[in-house]
Order: sequence, then structure tokens, then C-alpha cells
Amino acid sequence: MALVLNEEQTMLKESAQGFLSEHAPVSQLRQLRDERSETGYDKATWQQMVELGWSGILVPEAHGGLAFGHVGMGQVMEENGRTLTASPLLSTAVLATSAINYAGSETQKKALLPAVVEGNLLFALALDEGPKYRPSLVKATATASGEGYVLNGEKQFVADAHIADRLIVSARTSGDANDAQGISLFIIDSAASGVDIERVHLADSRNSAMLRLSHVTLPADALLGEQGDAASLITYLTDVANIHLSAELLGISQEVFERTVQYMKERSQYGALIGSYQALQHRAAHMFSEIELAKSIVIKAQQALDVNDSQLSLLASACKAKVSAVATLVTNEGVQLHGGIGMTDELDIGFFMKRARVAEQQFGDRRYHLQRFASLQNY
Amino acid sequence: MSDLEQFRTQTREWLEANCPASQRLPVMAFEDRCWGGTKWCFVNEDQKQWLEVMAERGWTAPDWPAEYGGGGLSKEETKILREEMYRIDARPPLFSMGLSMIGPALLKYGSEELKRQHIPNIVKGKIWWCQGYSEPNYGSDLAGLQTRCEDKGDHFLVNGQKVWTSYAERADWMFCLVRTDPNAAKHAGISLVLFDMTTPGVRTSPIKLISGNSPFCETFLDDVRVEKDQLVGNINQGWELASYLLTHERAMIGNMGHTAASEKSLHQHAIDVAGGLENGQLGDTALRTDIAQWEIDILAFELTQERIDDETKAGTGTGATSSMLKYAGTELNKQRFELLTAIHGQAGLAWEGEAFDDGLLASQWLRTKGNSIEGGTSEIQLNIISKRILGLGQKA
Ligand SMILES: Cc1cc2nc3c(=O)[nH]c(=O)nc-3n(C[C@H](O)[C@H](O)[C@H](O)COP(=O)(O)OP(=O)(O)OC[C@H]3O[C@@H](n4cnc5c(N)ncnc54)[C@H](O)[C@@H]3O)c2cc1C
Repeated sequence: MALVLNEEQTMLKESAQGFLSEHAPVSQLRQLRDERSETGYDKATWQQMVELGWSGILVPEAHGGLAFGHVGMGQVMEENGRTLTASPLLSTAVLATSAINYAGSETQKKALLPAVVEGNLLFALALDEGPKYRPSLVKATATASGEGYVLNGEKQFVADAHIADRLIVSARTSGDANDAQGISLFIIDSAASGVDIERVHLADSRNSAMLRLSHVTLPADALLGEQGDAASLITYLTDVANIHLSAELLGISQEVFERTVQYMKERSQYGALIGSYQALQHRAAHMFSEIELAKSIVIKAQQALDVNDSQLSLLASACKAKVSAVATLVTNEGVQLHGGIGMTDELDIGFFMKRARVAEQQFGDRRYHLQRFASLQNY
Repeated sequence: MSDLEQFRTQTREWLEANCPASQRLPVMAFEDRCWGGTKWCFVNEDQKQWLEVMAERGWTAPDWPAEYGGGGLSKEETKILREEMYRIDARPPLFSMGLSMIGPALLKYGSEELKRQHIPNIVKGKIWWCQGYSEPNYGSDLAGLQTRCEDKGDHFLVNGQKVWTSYAERADWMFCLVRTDPNAAKHAGISLVLFDMTTPGVRTSPIKLISGNSPFCETFLDDVRVEKDQLVGNINQGWELASYLLTHERAMIGNMGHTAASEKSLHQHAIDVAGGLENGQLGDTALRTDIAQWEIDILAFELTQERIDDETKAGTGTGATSSMLKYAGTELNKQRFELLTAIHGQAGLAWEGEAFDDGLLASQWLRTKGNSIEGGTSEIQLNIISKRILGLGQKA
């Protein structure tokens, strides 16, 4: 497949760019932060995103979605990176949707996906039990009880948990704490008794929370996929999450880079534009080259999701590792090349750096994915 | 079956029947790659035969016009031929600056007579071309070059010195940048001329490199007579031609990072040297992540070549990317050999001895250091990206 967008994908990208830069630029995130917003996102903006169809990009037509695919969704994510728009898009429209598409029963799909498309049902995906991504380290337990299950345990750094109507939670139905086997995923009503959600604030001003489950009783149909057999679903979600986070990081990197080059053409010192100094030019040119490399691996990985490439995991890890390195480089250089003003809260650059670092950590940082890439190649 | 599918089937069958087994092995030594020319010693009959059968169909230059001996293939057919050759690990039958540099320039700027004289010989690999650009005082600042070329009525007379002329000793002809108007602005007084290296007044002297080899020379030009019809393009148009040629050269050098399908991967080298895995992993975990990082980078690089190709085809390309590819590709190729020598430890640095392929790896490693110098240094590529793509550089 050619590594270029088709006409419809290009149109979607352009419309996302237009909409976000007009209705949800970085100033919106800044305002949400400054007001200590309850929800951490702007509901009216989300409603407009829903009207644009974004909540249904990954939902099959049979369930009321657009079935537009991951390359398309990736364009929206990339543009979201450029504006740092906070919304339920990743947690609900990408991750939960992918989980339900992949492993949900027909009944679950019918009940949940149309509500996702309408924007009425928000999700959070709760896999982590520590600050670093280790999806098979699951101590939370699900014990069979009557027709259903009882869940106990703790989950950490769950994005969007406090605004979610439903939580998708991993818990162990068998095996030891670090076994890849024996894990199951459950869909839990966030209002159920025994569910305790405590919001935490991270540097990126986006939503995160700690989650405690004490004797949460669930019916049998809360199970997503087969009991004890969530490993392949978790692998798939790892791939999906990292490819879309990479798109966001690519958007962040491009935006910071363009703003930095622009500043190099405006700021003068010693009677010359700082962009005329070769030491800085070479750093900019190096970043340009790195971003070009990142773009190619991102579109390749998005296409791999759409065609279910046999190399999907390998490409997902290559993608996240590369783009994380590029985002670290570009956001650090972005601050440095702005000088003192780069350190101020008033300038947006810092927002990009903070979001980039959280996105890099979510679902595994560069080092995690280097290791995963090596393991997948059997070395 | 569509015409292209049919072309693929026929090409596949023909290659199977005509590409000798020895020409499907990885290129190890310099001689494994045929450069052609009158002084070329074929390593074996197969190499000679492979060149001849491919050249007969013009497939050494598949997309050049058939009227000058090229293959006359369309872009799509050329791509299919490349893919089919890659599939069976077929070596390119010919590798030369004739194919990658002066040929394309002649096709674009040369007179009909020059094309008829030179193109068929390039296709057949009969003439080894060398590139006379750099001078002792003008390397990166190539446009400052001082080799003089005077109009003597019925011929030109060339005087000056070139340096770093790759393979000048073995070459048959040189394409040479000369100053034809010393009074014009530096870019406006340069021309491109061609001459036979056996012309009286041409003398070469080899330069020994850190790799131990002497592939390039100083070339002295004293009262060298050049025929007037050997001027490519117009007088004083040389800089435009040189720039055109350089984009071709950069694409070729940047491409060196590419690993052939049959080549052993870096991680396989590491596994073999370590004598296997420990708990399913390379025991040297720092090396493991270094290798993973490089393998990811080269994947991103190859995908970028592909993407830029696809964008060009779709008409959405931003252009001016040859500098970026040259910069990234050569830096990655240098890293590859840093990793390879590190993987092999002191054996990777052996200089002599049959057990060590006569120091092949060490000399290959050292050769790659030139990748980011030849064809315009990495720093010059970064200058070009800054100025032409990013628009940096005005003095306020
Ligand atoms: C393996 C190899 C094969 C070659 N083959 C040929 C050949 O066949 N024919 C031929 O004509 N030439 C050939 N060359 C020569 C090559 O093109 C030159 O070496 C190259 O252009 C650099 O010129 P220089 O060596 O004079 O270095 P210099 O230009 O003196 O550069 C020295 C250092 O200064 C840096 N520098 C120079 N100017 C700037 C600037 N404006 N901004 C920032 N940094 C700068 C360079 O990047 C470099 O690091 C070959 C070189 C090598 C290594």
C-alpha cells in the first residue's frame, strides 16, 4: 500500500485541523487547567466532535459508525497533538471501541457501540497497577461467585477514569502476579458499589486517576472476551494505543518544531536573527530529518492496523520507540531554542513538552518498546 | 493477466534462467560488484556473463531510452524488475558513476552526438567513468574551483589539479568541472567537460586511506587537450549540471544504508558471536537495545524512502528531500558499522589473516566514515535543509 493518504483521509485531516485550531486550541487546555475544571475536558467541544462523527470513526457501520479505519482516526489524533485538545477521544473512541470490536460479544457490541457513537457513553481502560506499563503484572483478582464475579484490587494512572461511565479493567482469574496467561477483562459500571475513583493531576493537565475495587460484584456478561484469555486482546490494545499515541506525539513534534523555526526567524540577538546562526540551523535541520523518519513509520503502522498486518506488534513498538525519541528531542530543543521565554508558563511550548512526556509513558516508553521490539524478533 | 503481471512473470522466469547462482550471493569484497571499464578484471566467468546478458537487454539501465541501448522500460516495469532482482538477491550487474551520475546528465543535457557516443558504452559497462570535481582548496565550497579551461579555437586546454578522484587510476574517462570564465561570478563561470584519461597531460597519483585501500587519487591536469564536442550542455552551464548530478549522487550514497534481503541482520551477528541467547535474550542487554534502536531507525529510514517515492508519484511531495535522505542514510550506515565492529569485538578490528577475511570488516567500517563526507558532507546537507527547506539563514 502506498504510504500516502487517500482523498478522504486527507479531507478528514484538513477538517480536523480546521475544527481544532478554531474551536479547541491550546488555550482551551490552559483554561481547563487554570479553572481546575471538574471534567478536565470541554463538553461542548466533545459534542461537536461527536457531531463531526469522530466518536464513530472506528465503529462498524452495522453499529452506527463510519468504519473509517485507523489511518483516518490517526489523522484526527495527530491534529489533536497539534492543539493538545483534551477529550474522551483516545479512551473511548479509540481504546474502548477497539476492545469491544476485537473481543465483544454481539450483545455487547449492540448495547455499547451505538452509545459510543452518540457520545453518551464514556469509557476508561484500566490496565496499569504501577507507574510503568507492565500489562501482565496484574494483582487485581476476579473470583467466580454465583453466576458472576467479585473483583478486588487497585489500578493506577487510569486516563479519564473519573469521567467514565464504564471502566474496562484487567483482573486475574488464574495464575501468578506476572503471568501473561490467566488475565481477564471486565466492563464495570463506574457507579457500581465498591468502585472508588480518586483523581490525580499529572503534568500534562489531562485526566488521570487511581482506582480501587473492593468486592465489586459483576454479572457473568461483564466479561469481555474469554475468561483467563485476555492476553491477545491486551497485545492488540497495546498496539492500538501506541500507534495512536504516536500519532498524537507526531502532531506535538511537528507543532513544536514549526513554532520553534518560526521563532528563529523572529528573534534577533547580536544584531542578527538567531536562525542565521549555523549552530542552531543544524539542530533545526536534524529535527526536520528526524520528524520525516517519524512520519513514515507512523503511517505504516496505522495501515498495519487497518489491514491486520502480521507484523503489527513489531511495527507498533518500532513506531512508539521512534516517535517517543523524536518527541523528546523536539520538545527539549523547543524549550532550549526559545531561551528564557521557553521556560515560562505563558508560552505554550511547555504544555507540549508536558503532554509529550505523559504520552510517551502511557502504554510503554521508548525503552519498553525497544525491548519489546527485540523480543518480537527473538533476540 | 494484465500487461504488468505478464511482464513480472516473464521477468521472473528470465532472471531465474539467466542469473548465475554466484551472482545471487551477498556482495562481500569490492570486486564482487562489477564496475566495468577496459581495466576491469572479472572475478569469474559468471560476473562477466551476468553483465553481458543484462546489458544486451539494456537492463543495466532499465529506464533509459532503448534508442541509446537502455532498457526502455516504464517506471512500473523498472520497479518490477528491481523487485524481482531483489527477490532472488540478484546483484546489480553493473555499478558505476556512468549509470548513477554522468549518464543521467548526458540524457538530460547532452547533445545527440554525445548521447550516441557515450550512453551505449555506459549501458554495456565498457567505460569506467570518474568524477573530477573536488580540488585541494575547494571541497565543500566546490563552486570556487580553479581548474582552468581555455578556448583554443578548435579545442579546449585544461590545466589544474583535482583530488579525491575515486578510482581515477582504473578509470577510462573523466567528467570534469572546469572554470571557463574566470571573470564571471563563481557559480556562473563553470563548465562540464569529458575527456579520456589516457590523454597526454593527465596524471594520477594514489592516496592511501585509513581503510588501507587506495581507491582515490590526486589527478594532475597539465595542458590536457579536450575536444570541443566533449562539452556537456552549454558553456558556463556547468554549475546547473553539477547540481543535477549531485542530487543523483546523494540519492545513491544515502541508499547505502539499505541492507539486502540476504544480508545477515545485526542481531543475528550478535547472536552468532555470543554463541546463542541467554534466557531467550542477548546476554549483553545494552547491546541488545542499541541494536533494536538501530533496526528501528533503519526501518523508519527505508519507509521514508518509500513514502517520498509514493508522494512523488501522487504529486504531493515536498521535494528537496535528497539532502535529508543523504544525511540520515549515511549517518545510519556509519552507525551500522560501529555496531558491527562492536558486536565482533577485537576480531572485528582484525587487520590481516585468513581467519578474519583479511580484515574485511575493519576496512568496511573505516570506509563508511567517508559516506558523510563524499557527495557533500553531512554539515553541508544540514545547511541545505536549513536554507532551502526551513528558510533559515537570512541575516535579519
Ligand atoms: C570516499 C570519498 C570519495 C570521494 N570521491 C570523490 C570523487 O570521486 N570525485 C570528487 O571530485 N570528489 C570526491 N570526494 C571528495 C568530496 O566530495 C569532498 O571531500 C567533500 O566535498 C568535502 O570537501 P573537503 O574534503 O575539501 O572538506 P572541507 O570542505 O574542507 O570540509 C572540512 C569540514 O568542514 C565542514 N564544513 C565545510 N564548509 C562548511 C560550512 N559552510 N558549514 C559547516 N561546515 C562546513 C565540513 O562539513 C567538514 O566537516 C570523495 C570523498 C570521499 C570521502
